[in-house]
Amino acid sequence: MNPKRKRRLTIIIGLVCGLSVAVGFGAYAMRHSIDLFVTPGDIAAGTVPTNQRISVGGLVVDGSLKRGDGLTIHFDVSDNKSVVAVSYDGILPDLFREGKGIVVKGMLTEDGRVVANEVLAKHDENYMPPEAKAAIEKAGHPKGV
Amino acid sequence: MQQRVNQAETKTATLWQWINNTFHRFGSPKYFYDLTGKLLPWCWAGVLLVLIPGLIWGLAFAPPDYYQGNSYRIIFIHVPAAGIAMMGYAVMAFAGIVTLVWRMKMADVIAKVVAPIGASFTFLCLVTGAIWGRPTWGTWWEWDARLTSMLILFFLYVSVMALRAAIEHPDVAARATAVLSIVGIVNLPIIRYSVNWWNTLHQPSSIRLTGSSLAPEMLYPLLACIVGFYFLFAVLVMLSARNEVLLREYRSAWVKKWLKP
Repeated sequence: MNPKRKRRLTIIIGLVCGLSVAVGFGAYAMRHSIDLFVTPGDIAAGTVPTNQRISVGGLVVDGSLKRGDGLTIHFDVSDNKSVVAVSYDGILPDLFREGKGIVVKGMLTEDGRVVANEVLAKHDENYMPPEAKAAIEKAGHPKGV
Repeated sequence: MQQRVNQAETKTATLWQWINNTFHRFGSPKYFYDLTGKLLPWCWAGVLLVLIPGLIWGLAFAPPDYYQGNSYRIIFIHVPAAGIAMMGYAVMAFAGIVTLVWRMKMADVIAKVVAPIGASFTFLCLVTGAIWGRPTWGTWWEWDARLTSMLILFFLYVSVMALRAAIEHPDVAARATAVLSIVGIVNLPIIRYSVNWWNTLHQPSSIRLTGSSLAPEMLYPLLACIVGFYFLFAVLVMLSARNEVLLREYRSAWVKKWLKP
């Protein structure tokens, strides 16, 4: 390769490396703002501010869904370590199920509960036909796997 | 022993020479035009024999998902489109590097024609994702890391096109868009790994190097669609690159001969 081209290639590689490092540092510094949601574990650890708009993500605990007055519903969200109670006044997405992942948007109250004003269903990366799902459940594997 | 080392060195040297020659041959618009003329029918065959059956298989015959029902079928368009969107950007950026380092005319032809094609696939990916997100998540759009970085990819494509259109001098336009394309490479690993690095609403990849979490009867049509989309991308790029070559080389003897047989 002639020296002129070599120099230009070096400059470009240097530019891309430098830029990657800069963006990497930036993304690392902003990692908590880039996260779409906090986990029940973060709430248990006390790092989540109260009375501010937050999003909490996790799995809906099996058997925790209770209907309250009117449209209000109550359920627990877990990250398999900690659990947080959520109350929500509104219409749930079609794919809301116990044992499945969701993201709720709302506020954390002083007593550690989340009052939600929006619930999103989260889908996982597993896809299978209904018969395969039935066979897995028949074989005694837990729900939601 | 010494002889063997020498032999190996000669072999490496010949291989390197071959790569070098092939690379420089691509710099010739006429060579590119002739080669793509031979490759095009094969890529069209790929579209007809892989993409179309793959789409029919996926959209009509693959079983529904146990959880999402039929709405998951958007995967057969969404995932291949996302792959092409990112691969197209990588092609455009690589062509940008060749433009800047080797000043090769053909590299800029590729960079120019890939931009609108890549932007279209990115748009297709964003739209199908939104259509799927509404019934699945309960929202058309969420500012999570995957969705946002994909939107940035779309804006990058559009700004590369806008920059080229704004500069009148073709050589200056080539170099300026090359720099912008190269800078945007940083976004590609962010898109790819956003679902692993941050908490996102978007689920992680279903197909990984270590295996897949799709049932086989869904995986095979998806793979056919992915391969088929690559053929479609190749066809679209070759067709528009050939037009661009004729447009840029219309004064050269071989184009004149081609125009008036």
